[in-house]
Amino acid sequence: MTTLLQTAGLGKHFTLHLRGGLTIPVLQDVDFHVAAGECVALVGPSGAGKTTLLRSLYGNYRADQGSIQVRHHGAMVELARAAPRTVVDVRTYSMGYVSQFLRVVPRVPALDIVAEAARGVSPEQARTLAAALLLRLNIPRRLHALPPATFSGGEQQRINLARGFIGRHPILLLDEPTASLDADNRDIVVGMIDEAKALGIAIVGIFHDVSTRDRVADRTYSVAPLQDAA
Amino acid sequence: MTDDTLLSARGLNLRFGPVPALVDVAVDLWPGEVLAIVGESGSGKTTLLNVLSGRLRPDDGVVWYRDPAGKLHDVHAMPAPKLRALHRSDWGFVQQDPRAALRMGVSAGGNVGERLMAQGLRHYGNIREQAIDWLRQVEIDAARVDDMPRTFSGGMLQRLQIARTLVTHPRLVFMDEPTGGLDVSVQARLLDLIRSLVARLNIAAVLVTHDLAVARLLAHRIVVMQRGVVVEAGLTDQVLDDPQHAYTQLLVSSVLQA
Amino acid sequence: MTTISGYNFAYLDEQTKRMIRRALLKAVAIPGHQIPFGSREMPLPYGWGTGGIQITAAILGAADVLKVIDQGADDTTNAVSIRRFFAKTAGVATTTRTDAATVIQTRHRIPEAPLTANQILVYQVPQPEPLVKLEPSRAETRRMHALAEYGAMHVRLYEDITRFGQVAISYDYPVMVNDRYLMAPSPIPAFDNPKLHQMPALQLFGAGREKRIYAIPPYTNVRSLDFEDHPFRAGRAPHACGLCGSDTSYLDEVVVDNEGGRLFVCSDTDYCETRRDAGHAGDAA
Repeated sequence: MTTLLQTAGLGKHFTLHLRGGLTIPVLQDVDFHVAAGECVALVGPSGAGKTTLLRSLYGNYRADQGSIQVRHHGAMVELARAAPRTVVDVRTYSMGYVSQFLRVVPRVPALDIVAEAARGVSPEQARTLAAALLLRLNIPRRLHALPPATFSGGEQQRINLARGFIGRHPILLLDEPTASLDADNRDIVVGMIDEAKALGIAIVGIFHDVSTRDRVADRTYSVAPLQDAA
Repeated sequence: MTDDTLLSARGLNLRFGPVPALVDVAVDLWPGEVLAIVGESGSGKTTLLNVLSGRLRPDDGVVWYRDPAGKLHDVHAMPAPKLRALHRSDWGFVQQDPRAALRMGVSAGGNVGERLMAQGLRHYGNIREQAIDWLRQVEIDAARVDDMPRTFSGGMLQRLQIARTLVTHPRLVFMDEPTGGLDVSVQARLLDLIRSLVARLNIAAVLVTHDLAVARLLAHRIVVMQRGVVVEAGLTDQVLDDPQHAYTQLLVSSVLQA
Repeated sequence: MTTISGYNFAYLDEQTKRMIRRALLKAVAIPGHQIPFGSREMPLPYGWGTGGIQITAAILGAADVLKVIDQGADDTTNAVSIRRFFAKTAGVATTTRTDAATVIQTRHRIPEAPLTANQILVYQVPQPEPLVKLEPSRAETRRMHALAEYGAMHVRLYEDITRFGQVAISYDYPVMVNDRYLMAPSPIPAFDNPKLHQMPALQLFGAGREKRIYAIPPYTNVRSLDFEDHPFRAGRAPHACGLCGSDTSYLDEVVVDNEGGRLFVCSDTDYCETRRDAGHAGDAA
């Protein structure tokens, strides 16, 4: 199967200027890959750098060394230290991200938040798809017209998931997708991940819940904590 | 600068007496993208906006603009009539205080239609229809087309200014703290309106704001300024989530979380 | 009447006349564009036609025949005073007949009888700047004229149509001269605007207090501003003149008694008299 996302020698550190220039290395020599239809789970102890790796893959964090290559418009494109426009283009067409926390414009209805993320369909179709997805994730219709700021953590996470999955990007990055969900909703998410894989979508995820991870991951990738900086 | 940049500035320098307002600033903007310029007071962000839009002349440096035909123009070498015409057609400028940009003694429809009349449109019915259409697009009740702006709330005035600016389908809009003077409850809807209009109409925008949250919501790219210098620039979420420069780290860590 | 002694011909000194004539030449060269001039102290206060008087003084020659009208009438106080002023200081012949005059100085009306290429019409102008109510800054209005940025004036007309269903400007109706400059034609009724267009006579405009001169050369295009779907209409009271019966001339409404009785008469006294001499009569005659 085609590799859709891979890294070679990826390294990242943080320099805290407000702490006198304290340098904290987090990633070093990361060689990672994921293929179409595959789900790779990032594993490792808390604080090891799993989220840092995920965010670096998305371009949300800046990679200091090495390369990140993404399959984009039929060719492998270098993402590490790429021009912002390239990253925006990759995110539009090739890579989606479901973060742990919902961050949206206040006072916009949940349905609109999800519908906006749909690609390649008319606005009316987007709203239909969004409504279906929200219902599938057990967000009842009476909540669709409400802004999610007052929703529970679990409900907000499900809005987040709907927004991530509706785009049908070839690569999907998931950061703790089931952390705030109960067992029923976790099952629904597992179903959605399985369907995505069947469509050839490559998934990289961080799963706090081991049983969920075992159900969806084809492979795991270990992120080991580096030594503390001086 | 590539073949399709809409706006390109190089080597911009400007001093106000001994105070450096812009120090060797370079900026690029592509069609359809939103660039936020952030910084605290005195950073030079508004000065940069004014230099980019031709309203203020730099001591040094050049601002290139690519017209719809693909031809490059030096903004500060353009004759005044051309620059003024540009500001009424392919460019827009949304000011922080809508009362300064609108004609408060003229109806909403007259305000929106003015640019059309300035371009030579002479059919009252058509002008009014277009004005009504734009009022709807900025979510102002079309029945208020003949009302005076005096009777509008702050948020409505800002939306009216936006309609008045967009009526000529500009490809590039400069915005100076567009939600700055508004109540928090009003800002949210206005931000969402700006976001959807910019995306739907494929407008490029240069947006000055001191509010990092506004930059995050609206902008693809961000430029961080401190005392006239661009200290960091790049993808908005990357600069705000993984700031590299000491000043950016300071700015980001200072934001209050409600 | 014998000319008064101790004064130059037509009151103004020759250098002043030169200065005004230079301004007039510039004005004629740029139709509708306002030319600043060094307005002199005149024996009438501002607001009494000093601009028009200075122009007339600069162009009068000994052989000229002068007519002066005020709101169309030769016999009001101001018209009489100004006519007498030039008779005394220039010794020129004066007349009340439009067709006998070579120079006509007017306040707020254009004569009904069409003028010829041998005549000059001098207008008294209170406010030369058509944009003054829309833009308080004179520097900005000068820029607007220079760049032909007249959108704001059309906004004004748009507002009228929105509020009243039609353009509500009844006098000093703004016009485009020679397809280039926006001009204030002085407070003539909108009814008179069509006469400005392609007039065979030279039209000169003088604002003494504001110190501006402008001109419309003979046979120049002058178009009243309007919208395609709200074209300009020259409004007129729907009556006939009570004295001469004319139903095409601009009318004055005169209250004739204490019971509210009214009479409509031609504002142009010479026109009315000419018609009456020719045998026409109105209902009140």
